[in-house]
This record gives sequence, C-alpha cells and structure tokens, in this order.
Amino acid sequence: MPYEVLRGSVFRYGDSVDTDVIIPARYCTSFHAAELAPHCLEDLDPTFVKRVSAGDIIVAGYNFGCGSSRENAPIAIKGAGVACVIARSFARIFYRNSINIGLPILSAPEAVDGLNEGDIVEVEPGTGAIRNITRGGVWTADAFPAEIQSIIRAGGLVEYVQKRLASR
Amino acid sequence: MPHTIAEKILAAKAGLKEVEPGQLVTARPDKAMSHDNAGLVIRQFRQIGAEKVFDPARIIIPLDHRAPAESEKTAAAHKSIREFVAEQGVAAFYDIREGICHQVMIEKGHVLPGELILGTDSHTTSYGCLAAASSGIGATEMAAVWATGEIWLRVPETIRIEVKGNFGLNVYPKDLALYLLGLLTARGADYMSLEYYGKAISQMPVSGRFTLCNLAMEMGAKFAIIPYDAQTEAYLKARAPFKWTPVAADPDAKYTRVVEVDLDRLEPQIALPHRPDNVVPLGKAAGVKLDQIVIGSCTNGRIDDLDIAASIIGRRKVSTKVRLLVIPGSREIYLEALRKGILESLVEAGAVVLNPGCGPCLGAHQGILAAGEKCLATTNRNFKGRMGSGEAEVYLCSPAVAAQAALIGEIPDRILP
Repeated sequence: MPYEVLRGSVFRYGDSVDTDVIIPARYCTSFHAAELAPHCLEDLDPTFVKRVSAGDIIVAGYNFGCGSSRENAPIAIKGAGVACVIARSFARIFYRNSINIGLPILSAPEAVDGLNEGDIVEVEPGTGAIRNITRGGVWTADAFPAEIQSIIRAGGLVEYVQKRLASR
Repeated sequence: MPHTIAEKILAAKAGLKEVEPGQLVTARPDKAMSHDNAGLVIRQFRQIGAEKVFDPARIIIPLDHRAPAESEKTAAAHKSIREFVAEQGVAAFYDIREGICHQVMIEKGHVLPGELILGTDSHTTSYGCLAAASSGIGATEMAAVWATGEIWLRVPETIRIEVKGNFGLNVYPKDLALYLLGLLTARGADYMSLEYYGKAISQMPVSGRFTLCNLAMEMGAKFAIIPYDAQTEAYLKARAPFKWTPVAADPDAKYTRVVEVDLDRLEPQIALPHRPDNVVPLGKAAGVKLDQIVIGSCTNGRIDDLDIAASIIGRRKVSTKVRLLVIPGSREIYLEALRKGILESLVEAGAVVLNPGCGPCLGAHQGILAAGEKCLATTNRNFKGRMGSGEAEVYLCSPAVAAQAALIGEIPDRILP
C-alpha cells in the first residue's frame, strides 16, 4: 500500500474545514463508512458526494479537520471514495485519526498552491511525491516520523497494535 | 535545561529525564476517558483482539452526548458500554444521571495536577484547569490505549499567555477565552500547549479556568494548563483524597510565543457564525433577532454560570420570541442550582431546563435548529450545521450576554444591571 500511486481529480476547499461539516453529528450514531459517506461534506458542498469518484483527492488549506474528535470524519471521507487528503496543515486529532484508520493524508503547503479544482493529480503516499498531471508541477509532502510510518505501513492502528501484541 | 509544564509532564509519563519540543515520546497516561463514543472504542478494542483493558482503574466512562438515548442506535451503543464496563470491571462508569464527561471528571476527583489524561473528546483540554496535561484523541487511538496502556505523543511547543489587569463589570473568563481565540485564530495553537499567568488568573476560580482551557481547543491546542496554586488545591482538597505532585514551569522555560492581554480594556465578546474564532466585541452583533438561547455545556454550565444568568434575568420574563434552554453541567450542579433557587427563578422566567448533558451543543438532540433559525449559545462551537440545520446560525457568548439576550429576544449591545 505505501508505494502505490494514487490518481484522481482535485476537490479544493479552504482553511479550517471542520469535522462538523465533514460529517454532522446528526449522522454520527453510525460508525459505518457506507452510512456516513452519503453525507460527507453536505453542509459545506452539497454537490460533493454526487460529483466525487473513487480515487479522487481533496486539497485544502490550513487546519483541515479542526473541531470534534469524531473518527466518523475520516471514515466518511474514506467511505466517499477519497483516496487521499492534501492540505497545508491538519488539525491534530484529525491527523491522528486519519493515520489510525488508514486514510492517507499529506501535509504539503506548496502543492496546495499548485493544485486547482478539477486538476488530475498523482500521489505516492509512500514517498510523499505529488504531481499535477494537468498543469505540471512536482512537490514532496512533509515526511512522517518513523513511528508514524510504521502505523501507516501496517495499514492503520488496529493492525499495528495487533502486530505489536502478537510479538510480545 | 529549563522546561515548560507540558515538557515536564510528558518526560515524567514517558519515563525520560527530559524531553524537548518536537520529540516523539511513548507515554503512559494516568487516565483514559471516553463518553458515548466508548461504543466505537469497544468495537475497535475487540477488533484489535485484546481481552483485558490495561488497567480498569484508569478508565472513566460518563454517558453524556446523547443522554438519555435519543435513538435506537444510541440505546444499543449505551447498552454495549454498560455490558463492557461490567465485564472489564471499570468502576468509574457514570450512567446518564451524572452529567457532562469533563465536568464529572473534575468533580469526581479523576483529574489531579501533573497527570497526563487522554479522552475521546476534543474538549479534554479542559483538565488544565486543575494543572493536568490533557488532550483529545479518536476512538481507535483510545482502543489502542486500552489495549497497551501507551500512546505516542509529540512534545508540544508552549505559548505563554500573560493576562494583565482586572475583569470589568459583566466581563467574564468566557470573554477572555473568546478574545484569545479571535486573536490567535482557529489554528494559532495547533499542536501546542498553552500556559496562563497573571493576577486575574491566580484569582480566577476553577470554573473560569475550566472555560479558558476548554475553549483553548478551538485554537488547536493540545494542552491548556493553568499552573497549580491555592485555587487548585482548595478545589481538590474536598474532592480528591489522593496524593498529587504539582508540576511548575521553570522560570526560564522556553516559550515559542508570549501573548499579552489587557483585561482592563476587554469588553464582552461574541463569536459570529460559522467559526468560533470569528470574534468581535458584543456591540458589533447587537440587534440580531434570535430564536433560541442555550445556557450550558462543558464550556459554561457550572453553578456560577447559572447564577449569573439567573441574577441578570431576576424577576423578569424571558421574551416570548425565544426559547431559552438551560442545561446544568452535572447532577451536582443541578442539585446546587435547585437548592439555591436558581432553577426555580429561571423556570419562573420561562426557561426550559434540560437534564445534564451535551444535547443541543453538538446538535445531537434536545433543541435542534431549523433552517433560517438563529441561536445564541454559551457553548464552544458555531460551525455550519453544528446545532442542526446547515442553514441555521449559531453565535457564542458568555452566560451574562445570553441572559440579557433572553430578556429582549435579540443580541444585546450591553448587559444592563
């Protein structure tokens, strides 16, 4: 998984996209991706779910995922088919939650400047390479610390802890 | 090397002599709190395949977000939690009768100075009001903590907040919290710890400190800590028959930023839709017609908050144009407000009192907004769709401003005596 290449169209949003607009509390009685995904981002962009295709990529500004600790937020994004989120920065709980449930996220401020709505972008989560296929431009996302890379490589925190407990 | 409070607590909990900002450590938390979302934590814990939690005495679970259950799904989640705590021997389980998790945590002596506490709720930063380092995490992360007793944490940089001057008439810790949020913005403290200093902080009771540390989360803070002092000790003596080791920052500790606030110039503040950091002085929002007013939440549902609201409303009536919802933060607060006649006076005025819990704050139930409605709330978030319809608007303020607004059915330009 780490070295696979993702390729999709860009859906662009601004700064501080909060978890209440990613998935409102009225749907958070469910933890299931299939139930959450149809409502992903509905208060911010009601057309998102209709337009998004499997493999597409969200590109956003600073502080993506601020607000609640609800894990339903990255689950909803992943469930909607989004392959990866690229942002200038991520709010801390969302950052951890995404890594823990296996939603690839990349912090890459310069790439965000060079990616427009609808551009086709290629991403290698394993190396952090980001390429704008439509208009050119290559960037490298901020590298993850080694500890976090191990969680990503395991496919998420559940799998990571399973392995750790098994090796004890 | 001199260190901040966050650095000292993380070093201690990671079993290291010292740590520095940016370093990743594996720490052992003193407490692990979950609320209704323990349902998902349990599911992930089973998924991991662990059989026993690392230490049932360190796990605390109050039910508050959707309490009593507002749907069959929630009822099933609550049921699974009740079964789990019985199976695992988690004694600190607080069923729907007790109140909002963060309030219950401090009231029941689960928060001690110098502790590292994690919770599956973003407003877990609140425990800094008792000089603990505490922060929110997600459900899967908590399942891993339950399974292993450990978590990786990045040692945060620390911002020092210096508060000068005194609170003026009708200006409260909520106004200071909102002002700081407007100043630092929603990402101004991302990944960082905050420490608060100044005479007004030393004189501030734990209730106001709670409001400051709670709303620090909206700036992205990982921890928000009020240094241990006589106020902390007084609060704890009655509640926590345990030993604790207060942690102070070294005088020459390194801060990434120092922010000064002059309280003498601070007036009541209000956050406009749809961002908590969209903060302006109250007068700039005056005249906005309201449909609902909420006084409560972990941010402002304590006895002094209810008392302020009741004293402003006095013997007058709540405007028939608005619905005033009042939510005591916990059973303890509810009882005290009953005994002091605060709730009697609010109900006489026309308020609707809800059971202690989160309810409308997150739009879970009890006071959902329709499209086009406007709500003024003492809560912590006004994101689009937060309290119901994505076409509704939420404004955030202090209990005093909310009470004044309840009398006239609109956002006031000032608080009248």
